Amino acid sequence: MGILEVKNVGKRFGGLQALSDVNLSVAEGTVHAIIGPNGAGKSTLLNCLVGKLIPDTGSVSFEGQSVLGRKPHEINQMGISRVFQTPEIFGDLTVMENMMIPCVAKRDGAFSLKAYGQMMRDTEIVERAEHMLEDMNMADKREMHAASMSRGDKRRLEIGMCLAQEPRLLLLDEPTAGMARADTNNTIDLLKQIKDTRPITIAIIEHDMHVVFSLAERITVLAQGTPLVEDTPDNIKGHPKVREAYLGESSGH
Amino acid sequence: MTDQTTDTIPAATTSASPKAGGGLLGLTKKDFGLFLLVIALTMLAPFLLNPFPENSAMAQFNAGYPDLMQRFVIFGIFAIGFNILFGLTGYLSFGHAAFLGVGSYAGIWAMKLLTLNVIPSILASMLVAGLFATLVGFISLRRSGIYFSILTLAFAMMSFALAYSVLTPITGGETGMQLQYFDPRILDAALEPGQTPRANLFGLDMATSTNLYFGNWVFTLNVGYYIAAFCMLIAFYLSIRIFRSPFGMMLRAVKSNQNRLNYTGISPKPYTLAAFVISGMYAGLAGGLLVAMDTQVGAERMFWTASGEVVLMTILGGAGTLIGPVLGAGFIKYFENIVSKINEATLHTWFAFLPDGLEDVVVAMIYPFVGKGWHLTLGLLFMAVVIFLPGGLVQGGQKLVGLFRRKKADDKTASSHTPAE
Ligand SMILES: Nc1ncnc2c1ncn2[C@@H]1O[C@H](COP(=O)(O)OP(=O)(O)OP(=O)(O)O)[C@@H](O)[C@H]1O
Ligand SMILES: [Mg+2]
Repeated sequence: MGILEVKNVGKRFGGLQALSDVNLSVAEGTVHAIIGPNGAGKSTLLNCLVGKLIPDTGSVSFEGQSVLGRKPHEINQMGISRVFQTPEIFGDLTVMENMMIPCVAKRDGAFSLKAYGQMMRDTEIVERAEHMLEDMNMADKREMHAASMSRGDKRRLEIGMCLAQEPRLLLLDEPTAGMARADTNNTIDLLKQIKDTRPITIAIIEHDMHVVFSLAERITVLAQGTPLVEDTPDNIKGHPKVREAYLGESSGH
Repeated sequence: MTDQTTDTIPAATTSASPKAGGGLLGLTKKDFGLFLLVIALTMLAPFLLNPFPENSAMAQFNAGYPDLMQRFVIFGIFAIGFNILFGLTGYLSFGHAAFLGVGSYAGIWAMKLLTLNVIPSILASMLVAGLFATLVGFISLRRSGIYFSILTLAFAMMSFALAYSVLTPITGGETGMQLQYFDPRILDAALEPGQTPRANLFGLDMATSTNLYFGNWVFTLNVGYYIAAFCMLIAFYLSIRIFRSPFGMMLRAVKSNQNRLNYTGISPKPYTLAAFVISGMYAGLAGGLLVAMDTQVGAERMFWTASGEVVLMTILGGAGTLIGPVLGAGFIKYFENIVSKINEATLHTWFAFLPDGLEDVVVAMIYPFVGKGWHLTLGLLFMAVVIFLPGGLVQGGQKLVGLFRRKKADDKTASSHTPAE
């Protein structure tokens, strides 16, 4: 059984059946890509995994435990971290503070009323955050305002923040969308390095086939809210149904 | 606005490297310096605020009399607390005067039922205001942005209405509450009929004052002021600790990006609620101190304009900065009490040196902005600050300091963060 099990999930928006009968199993320690044409329901599916949306039917379980009915922060504390399509970071805070927050979340949980101690003298958190910044090659940006960084750096920081929580499942929604080629390649290298050095499972939604085929070990193709096929990258490349439903249309972007 | 206010905070927070010891009392060197400065200013206020000789024409600009100085520090506390909510989380409450009022009523009841000693009274103020803030916060924080503001405003207006009429038996309604010689006061000895009950600290009367005379100068040292000032120093110290704590960082994270916070495993609601309750207790402390100073309460203390005033104080001084709210409170209270007292006759004496016709014109032009028109001046000033100094008076101060520094050391590149708070 996979670390993430999605069974018969359906989600309807008004008259639109965005997801129907989605079954997906992500094996522990793999990189699993979810691809599909625009509007296929990829983001909707991801939102159902992290508690942003509640599916109408079906079940979602992580490490054998159901995530349904839990709030986003609770699901995160179970061990699922999420990277957004546009980087979501704390723009008003420094890079260092951005990195400290997930470290605090990991150690102290969803809420702790530590209103008296000095944050910057909490050596355990400071060291962990500094270590993560070094891992992300961002130590020199420590005191920068996060909002003032380039988009590529913001993405790098966001991924670093997710990793600082040591999640067992990392979800990425089009992490390279709108990125220049160089930034995209940097992100691919970063993700490769992450999967080689950490015991982590990665599920990634991506339009860029270069990214998908560089990283993925399994690929699920979603079309009109239902999985079309699931296979290895090599088999997906030649799959006639996929060519017809997805790769044929993908010339548009 | 966010740009400016936030500009000051992380710089100040992170400039303290973890290993750098420096200051005392668990503060960084810079924060400790700021704290010392505030201690010095509050302790010397009776002198600093009375710079003009007693009988000079400028004497009416002296602010060093007990009643006004008490207001400076008490409303300073109110604004410091408000800033913990608004400055850090960005949640703009329009109902904080309700907590101040509730604190006042709780304080006066403690003085009626228990003792004239101010300590139980102040503790009761903070406790009851904190409980009320828990209720109001729990409901209002279900929404954010403008809806949150409206909910808090609605609560404040209801509180006012309750105090003004519905709850007359416990609030005194329109006439408010005063102490009476026949109040039960189970911890004190009974007073003689006709004796005036006076608030005290273990027998030390709040109203006790000593006058110091130096030539034409008179300085008044007042017990009530120093007790209130001591409370403000504690309130200020705690606010520095909160700003620099993990909790304070989370509050700034709430303001910056709640979505990311949620997906980082942190629930914003208990953080905002805790900030709301803490700031409510600060307001309660301010309310309790007001009662300790003048032993009376009226419902107008909870009117919505009073809630608006603390918003103005905080923004005028610099929301999200440590010292800003205190400056803003002082500024507004000074205007309210000093500029409002300038009347037409005073203006005529000032401009007596002008030819008669011109004098009348000048006085006629200035008069609308002083005396009863002080709100007009304050309004203009507030607009000017929001437009030109969105970081408030603190930002103005930083700009000045920056100018001086640049003059001094032209070649040294000015750092992007001016660390003066
Ligand atoms: N909150 C919502 N309310 C109504 N309809 C929605 C909502 N979210 C998504 N949809 C619709 O559901 C369908 C699937 O959307 P989704 O965002 O999951 O697609 P996607 O596969 O992520 O597409 P893209 O590649 O463009 O990101 C779309 O038709 C979209 O318009
Ligand atoms: Mg999408």
